[in-house]
Amino acid sequence: MGSPHRLASGGIVDRGTSRTFTIDGRSFEGVAGDTVTSAALANGVLQVGDSIYRGRPRGVMTSGVEEPNAFVRINGEYGESMQPATITELVDGSELTWEDGIGTLDQSVDPAEYDHMHVHTDVAVIGAGPAGLAAARAAAATGVRVMLFEQDFALGGSLLGRPNEVVEGIPAGAWIEDVTAQLEQAINCRILKRTSVFGSYDSNYLIALEKRVEAPGTDGVSRQRVWHINAGRVVLATGAFERTLVFAGNDLPGVMLASAAQNYLGRYGVLAGEQVVVFTTNDSAYGVAADLAAAGASVSLVDSRASAGVDDPASVDVHHGSVAVEAIGSDRVVGVRIAPRDGDIQQTQQLPCDLLAVSGGWSANVNLHSQRQGALHWDDDLLGFVPSGAVRDQSLAGSVTGTYWTDGAVAEGIAAGSAQPDPTTAQERRTGSGTTDGLWLIPSPAGDFDTHFVDLQRDETAAGVVRAVRAGMRSVEHVKRYTSISTGLDQGKIGGVLTIGLLSQLLGEHDMASMPAGQPGQDGAEGGATDRSPSPGAIGTTTFRAPFTPVAFAALAGRARGELYDPARVTPAQARHVARGAEFEDVGQWKRPWFYPQSGEDMNAAVARECRAARTNVAYMDGSTLGKIEIRGKDAPTFLNRIYTNAFAKLSVGKQRYGVMCGPDGMVLDDGVSFRLAEDRYLMTTTTGGAAKVLEWLEEWHQTEWPELDVFFTSVTEQWSTTVVAGPRSRDVIHKIAPDLDVSKEGFEFMSFHDTVLASGIPARIARVTFSGELAFEVNVSGWYGEAVWDDITHAGAEFGITPYGTETMHVLRAEKAFPIVGQDTDGTVTPQDLGMDWVVAKKKKDFIGMRSYARAGHVEEGRKQLVSLFPTDPELRLPEGSQLVTTDNTPADPLDGIAPQPIPMIGHVTSSYRSEALDRTFALALVRDGRTRIGEEVMASFEGRFYPVQIAEAVVYDKEGARRDG
Amino acid sequence: MLMIECPHCGVRPEGEFTYGGQAHVPYPEDPQALTDEEWAQYLFYRDNPKGTFRERWVHSAGCRKWFNAIRDTRTYDITSTYLGAAPAEANSTQGAQ
Repeated sequence: MGSPHRLASGGIVDRGTSRTFTIDGRSFEGVAGDTVTSAALANGVLQVGDSIYRGRPRGVMTSGVEEPNAFVRINGEYGESMQPATITELVDGSELTWEDGIGTLDQSVDPAEYDHMHVHTDVAVIGAGPAGLAAARAAAATGVRVMLFEQDFALGGSLLGRPNEVVEGIPAGAWIEDVTAQLEQAINCRILKRTSVFGSYDSNYLIALEKRVEAPGTDGVSRQRVWHINAGRVVLATGAFERTLVFAGNDLPGVMLASAAQNYLGRYGVLAGEQVVVFTTNDSAYGVAADLAAAGASVSLVDSRASAGVDDPASVDVHHGSVAVEAIGSDRVVGVRIAPRDGDIQQTQQLPCDLLAVSGGWSANVNLHSQRQGALHWDDDLLGFVPSGAVRDQSLAGSVTGTYWTDGAVAEGIAAGSAQPDPTTAQERRTGSGTTDGLWLIPSPAGDFDTHFVDLQRDETAAGVVRAVRAGMRSVEHVKRYTSISTGLDQGKIGGVLTIGLLSQLLGEHDMASMPAGQPGQDGAEGGATDRSPSPGAIGTTTFRAPFTPVAFAALAGRARGELYDPARVTPAQARHVARGAEFEDVGQWKRPWFYPQSGEDMNAAVARECRAARTNVAYMDGSTLGKIEIRGKDAPTFLNRIYTNAFAKLSVGKQRYGVMCGPDGMVLDDGVSFRLAEDRYLMTTTTGGAAKVLEWLEEWHQTEWPELDVFFTSVTEQWSTTVVAGPRSRDVIHKIAPDLDVSKEGFEFMSFHDTVLASGIPARIARVTFSGELAFEVNVSGWYGEAVWDDITHAGAEFGITPYGTETMHVLRAEKAFPIVGQDTDGTVTPQDLGMDWVVAKKKKDFIGMRSYARAGHVEEGRKQLVSLFPTDPELRLPEGSQLVTTDNTPADPLDGIAPQPIPMIGHVTSSYRSEALDRTFALALVRDGRTRIGEEVMASFEGRFYPVQIAEAVVYDKEGARRDG
Repeated sequence: MLMIECPHCGVRPEGEFTYGGQAHVPYPEDPQALTDEEWAQYLFYRDNPKGTFRERWVHSAGCRKWFNAIRDTRTYDITSTYLGAAPAEANSTQGAQ
């Protein structure tokens, strides 16, 4: 197999190392150092996948990340879609498919590993072209830590395409090797190739993606890494993108950016065409024409300007003052019609060609600069948006500033690397690389703009932009969204500025009045635009955002997948729950047993059985996940008195009390039972999910408002294991495991606790408290003994038929007693009074957090939502939680299909809904406006467009007199 | 990602901290003595300047201590962090310039 377009010499590819690959089933041979497109072009393959919507043939357009056409799917164990072929390093044996502008997600699990790295560096240099290499060298010479990031697999940037240019007195190729060797030897410099910095954030925090193709398939080596970088200083040497020109047929295969044609030749030794027309508006393409001619191509140069700032290249036929008006060909370019720029465009002349190299000027790659809200301005000489100055602790070097000549870029790199001021004056920058013709749209002889492509990836043309303007779009942000220009994978790296330039021609002065001020890049963006003539600077750019180049979700996820996605917290008795076949529920990070199905049982059957056991016999549950905070200090009683709505200072040692804590607005934050262990010592319990938040709440009030109080808080959630034993026969079980304890009704009062030593020898603190309304005990032991005590209770309870129960049964039992769950029955707008717990709000205290708010008008007026219960008329109907409640006279006669024609006033919503085993019917808890005055009223529950009658009742639906808690 | 200087732990990444809103808004001495309007001012109203702002942060994933910071709401630059009362130089620069 030969590669007809590969020259015998030139470039940095290794012609001795073959790389075979297939595209769409055809076999080709490339060489080491190739990208997919350089290898394809070497084999004469110019055409890639078709365009996304119109199915037009497309060809390789660029040689970099801005590629809008050439996308491949990399097939294999796991298929990767939409990889720009221009930056895909050729791997031996790869099987590729051209994609038609859109990919398909591989549904299989990606077997590769991805990870994250976190580093600090003194200087981060982004981009390893001439400016970046010079900056890294200068920074490294000062002895500080330097990191150099290059998205390509080779260092050198655009210089790689111009190996014969002289840099600091030596040929560019040798200069790159020389600087690279110096950096590799410097112990304070780290070079990361194949690493794209895609995000830039406050305090010089950068995020980059490294593709580690050097170690494919190696066990334990990640495929990609996301780097998180804290940099003292950042040098942006991110270069510039060449623009295409907008003329008829500018998307034909064979139309290529001039710099790309040069890069394929200089870097890869590939001559993409033999008969080349170079069409330019600026001087940069003259060198391209010269290089192509020197390599043996027959070259014509079409320059829209009457004269250039450089000499005509040798043996190149130059047409000054002319423009290409149409590319000719069906599936690849075979010629181009040119016409005088300022004459009759019907007077065309046809030039045959197999490659049309285009240069419409340059756009500085300001993406990372703009992500930091770095200022931009439009420069009429450079014909592009360029940074107005670096952001704090950053420097800019090279063509990102508009310095489009190598000596200038190197000088700026040296200055930036050693934290010296920018050596290039504004005047030098404006004039240093000649003039660029502001040519945004070239009319075609046929008169339409239907194949004048502005964004090739989105298949959008100048006709689309005209349509957007006619539809009333003025702002570039609106035009972008109306047309979808710049929303493709390449994010408008080429098409963005073309669109802005085009708008500056399509809009009139009167249109500019409606232009929103404050766009990035807009002249006088801070105080509103001053110049209202339709110019790119008055229009501004769309907003640049991360990521600069696409990043796979797998890389962002890193190792945080599956079990490592989030830490799982389990209780000491976890293995016992698993052995009993428990289904688990996530509560925060905790895994809590939800219910324990026996063979053949569904959830409803299991919960019914567990409820029966707790109400009629004895049942036990793992309560270890409850948050526990130990509070010590001589002012602990004072502190708790201020935190809780009820009194805690006078709680006796050996007793517990239920407390509700609220915000200053009076809304319920959390609740739980606290033990008074000693005069200066409490153990507070919190909701399972609220423990961390409550600890922060206590710290905040202590530190910021009452630092004079002597009180300390320690989280002891993990130190204690709690098993709840509930039911009429719980006393018998506790008596067996704690024979030394008087468990009689008189000897062990409700809401008291006793320290004892269990029959097993384990020290325990046993409390009488209930969350089910039944006689219940909580057995608290050191976490180390949690599993042993669970086992002891299992064995002790066996003769009574003790049954483990999970969180679902706990919820049913507490709902029957109207014990609220904070965060389920409350939502931050609910007071203790709304919950029917006026008794928990102290009337005699001087102050507590929330107290003042209960006197506010909004708290004392009618209309507050109050907790009540609901009984659906159909006793088998279990209302979905969240169902809305409306009054019967507001209920439509027919079920709704979609949205009601008139809004229906809502009077409340269902917060909890269960089937009660004790009542043998369904019921619900709900927050209903003035609910306690509506008891007995029939209202309608609404869900799925239907309405169901329900009756409002008192919140407590079982054991209203509280007779069961003493057994 | 901001880098924030905790007065106790030094410069640490923003992810370790939790924001606490405007600084120097003390809990009223005697809330019961306030009118509804005065209490509402304490509950709901905070400054929202364009420019220098004194605000609270807590180093939740570090020492768990609250402190105050002076931050420019336009640039996010935190010029200083401190404990306790506001430093004198900050008093005159609050609000838009």
